[in-house]
Amino acid sequence: MKSICLIFQIHQPYRLRTFRFFNIGEDHQYYDDFQNRHIIRKIAERSYIPATNMLLSLIREYGKAFKVSFSISGPALEQLSQHAPDVIRGFRELAATGCVEFLAEPWSHSLASLKSKEEFTRQVIKHRDYIANQFGQTPKTFANTELIYSDNIGKDVYEMGFTTLLTEGARHVLGWKSPNFVYCNSINPKLKVLLRNFRLSDDLSFRFSNKTWTEWPLTADKYVNWLNELNSDEEVVNIVMNYETIGEQHAAETGIFDFFRHLPEAVFARSDFGFSTPSEAVKKYQTVAALTVPHPISSADEEKDITAWLGNELQDEAFGKVYEPESRVLESGDETLLRDWERLQTSDHFYYMCTKWFTDGSLHKYLNPYASPYEAFINYMNVLSDFMIRVDNSVSLPDHSEMLTEQLSSSYINPQSKSDTIIHKKPKTMAKTIATKAKPAAKKPAAKKPVAKKVAAKKPVAKTATPAKKATPVKKATPAKKAAPAKKATPAKKVVAKVAAKKPVAKKAPVAKAAPKKVVKSAVKTAVKAAPKKAAPAKKVAAKKPAVKKVVKK
Amino acid sequence: MRVLMFGWEFPPHITGGLGTACFGLTKGLVKLDASVIFVVPKAYGDEVKEGFRLVNASDVTVDLTETEQAEFWNRIQYIEAGSNLIPYVGPEEFERIITEEEKEVIDSRKQHFSRQFTFSGKYGKNLMEEVAQYALVASSIAASTKFDVIHAHDWLTYPAGISAKNISGKPLVVHVHATEFDRSGENVNQLVYDIERYGMEAADLVITVSNLTRQIVIDKYGIPEDKVFTVHNAVEPVNRPELEGVQKYVKEKIVTFLGRVTYQKGPDYFVEAAYKVLQKDPDVRFVMAGSGDLLNRMVRRVARLKMGTRFHFTGFLSGSDVDRMFAMSDVYVMPSVSEPFGISPLEAMRSNVPVVISKQSGVAEVLRHAVKVDFWDIDAMADAIYGILKYEGLRKMFVSYGKSEVDNLKWDKAAAKIMDLYHQAVNKM
Repeated sequence: MKSICLIFQIHQPYRLRTFRFFNIGEDHQYYDDFQNRHIIRKIAERSYIPATNMLLSLIREYGKAFKVSFSISGPALEQLSQHAPDVIRGFRELAATGCVEFLAEPWSHSLASLKSKEEFTRQVIKHRDYIANQFGQTPKTFANTELIYSDNIGKDVYEMGFTTLLTEGARHVLGWKSPNFVYCNSINPKLKVLLRNFRLSDDLSFRFSNKTWTEWPLTADKYVNWLNELNSDEEVVNIVMNYETIGEQHAAETGIFDFFRHLPEAVFARSDFGFSTPSEAVKKYQTVAALTVPHPISSADEEKDITAWLGNELQDEAFGKVYEPESRVLESGDETLLRDWERLQTSDHFYYMCTKWFTDGSLHKYLNPYASPYEAFINYMNVLSDFMIRVDNSVSLPDHSEMLTEQLSSSYINPQSKSDTIIHKKPKTMAKTIATKAKPAAKKPAAKKPVAKKVAAKKPVAKTATPAKKATPVKKATPAKKAAPAKKATPAKKVVAKVAAKKPVAKKAPVAKAAPKKVVKSAVKTAVKAAPKKAAPAKKVAAKKPAVKKVVKK
Repeated sequence: MRVLMFGWEFPPHITGGLGTACFGLTKGLVKLDASVIFVVPKAYGDEVKEGFRLVNASDVTVDLTETEQAEFWNRIQYIEAGSNLIPYVGPEEFERIITEEEKEVIDSRKQHFSRQFTFSGKYGKNLMEEVAQYALVASSIAASTKFDVIHAHDWLTYPAGISAKNISGKPLVVHVHATEFDRSGENVNQLVYDIERYGMEAADLVITVSNLTRQIVIDKYGIPEDKVFTVHNAVEPVNRPELEGVQKYVKEKIVTFLGRVTYQKGPDYFVEAAYKVLQKDPDVRFVMAGSGDLLNRMVRRVARLKMGTRFHFTGFLSGSDVDRMFAMSDVYVMPSVSEPFGISPLEAMRSNVPVVISKQSGVAEVLRHAVKVDFWDIDAMADAIYGILKYEGLRKMFVSYGKSEVDNLKWDKAAAKIMDLYHQAVNKM
């Protein structure tokens, strides 16, 4: 039997409020709370809630035969919990049916995969653990922000423990090939790659309610006919769209709900297709070929590349700047700082700065708070300037380690994140970061001396530690768990020293050894435990739960 | 296509954007094989004449016996403009004009009998009288010249256009560069308004320099929509290698306002925005170039805000000084309250200067690579200025796209559109 993978994506950014330059340094409230809440509520009522109810009733009706999957970004999850807990409750119900797979993605819908492997990994792990905690299933399938994918990203994702990945069936990559098969990563064939069928997906997400479209009105029966018209060899059709497609992009009166309500019936009655989740699909079907994607692709626009977010001067400056303080943010151990940094990485901010669609911008103006890319840039840079001042201040705080002793129990000042930070960077950028770090140190000698030392200490690590990535977590897991909070608060220098000490061990452990699945998995698991707090000890998670529940009850 | 065109000024004798626009447009038309007879009152003799005939209206003898013209003369003879509403004139010039004109009024009356008029060619106190006389002259030019279409620029020449149409029976196109609402806000001079409306109604086609102006023509003058067409202004491409080495004598970044210091141009918003920026970053200099009736008020305001050492006034600039000012600027701001088009941002962009323009300007309709703010939104204006000064990416973006965007706004294109409209008008007859 052939499969349809029906995958819904949900993302809502934290839109920035109008933040003038005279707010820089004085005001740290960045978000347009009213607007964000309003949008979440509106979409929840028009789309998320009725759509979820519909899916629940379909699953009840068809049992295990009807399946769907979700990829929900961190900012969307957070904002829904805050403003529309009923939606989250609906997702829990969906999760409980066993017919729904939740995918992992970078926490803040960021473009970290294109910039920093460490941050990318940190965000993916954070998201995976959040999903596991919220919905009781650990994601096995990964879908990057806007389905961005390249061979290297695939390799990184496999190293995080994922075996299935979803990306765009970009025509310029596929050529004559069909998206309706299981492919694999060209560097590591163990990673299965599923491709979005953009024609059949966009028929629903873009064209469904367009009355000038020759195929309007689109019925479930007609849609199934199209599925039947596919080449008989083709096995898996991945229909991927924003969840808002149902009810928001196409309002209820367009008949979009009726379409989905009748889809399973039509599929079962009139085709040899069934419904699968991505991780089921890759088990069912043979991998047909490796997919070579040297340059990143995405699901955006006609080009299916990353030029919607990066490429013009505005985007490049903003994107470059937001990653400059990476290590300092992580070292600061300041939760709000980290939170804001994650939110500033959200891809939407760069999307608003795109100048490609000066001519036809209808799609891109959707929920875009800015009249022009220039306004988007100026506003973002004002916020970022303020953020940078906070980073500088937090790093120069002499006694912050004391203040944060408790939080550090699952510390950001942990050897792994540090060594990784440096490893990934190319020599040039590394030199730059070091230079920028050294500068403030020179300016405020008293407070910052230690920082300068740290940098010095890191250098050798960076040069040699490449193979260490996988091996280190295993080692670290133990000390991290056992060490009492008090000990962890000790100056970062020591921690670095530890890493240095571990280095030789790490080197000896070659990549090949880490390759067998089990080893990798366990390594990653321990890494998860050792690393950032979201990933962290069960204790913490437990502590968080009641809070969430309270919100839900409200 | 032979065009009889009525203007009021022509480079190098210009007091506003009208002359520059007429010149660019005429050049564009000539390239399309049109022959243009451009009538200006009082040609000085040193105007640029590139392939078209410039007729000095003062040289034309008028025959007053033609009854129709006498009637026309009677109709508008008594119209006199309130002097505070004279367009495009700064206060010092205005004062000078008034004293000069007082003598000239007597002269022209004398000449009235000798049936030849001397035009001052400057906007002045007896503007209305000159407008009327110009109309009279127009009819005699129209009677003695062959042409296919009449093109009149702004209200000053509408009566001339109308009388030429009446004499020749040829179609009339009036070109609205500004309306009385742009010049005077809501307190319009009824006489000027009436002439404008009369001209638009008599015209076969109305051309506006922006959709903003088009809407005003439709809403406030009651002109049918299908008769009004927008043709955006353009800018002459220039290459001035001598400006490459323009020296900036201060190390601070320079933010410039350039234009008449009048209500319409919104200079006060620029001053307030400057204050906001300087509070955050004192290492910026602001320059207000130009003069006008609000200049003294601006100087006082700057003094009161105690930013005199950072905010400079240059007075009226012309010709190469304007280009030099642009070359020294890091940001150009046009906070106009109401601007039918506004060509100066294009000149700034041509010199690779990023611009902040008000949404209430026609030029905002054609520019993408500019920051657009509401004229009253001082915070947004200050923020845009600050952003351009501080964030390198923004400046780079403007440099890489701004100039090419402006270079694409060619008079040739505008002229081609107008040529189509000429044909449309001729076929309508």
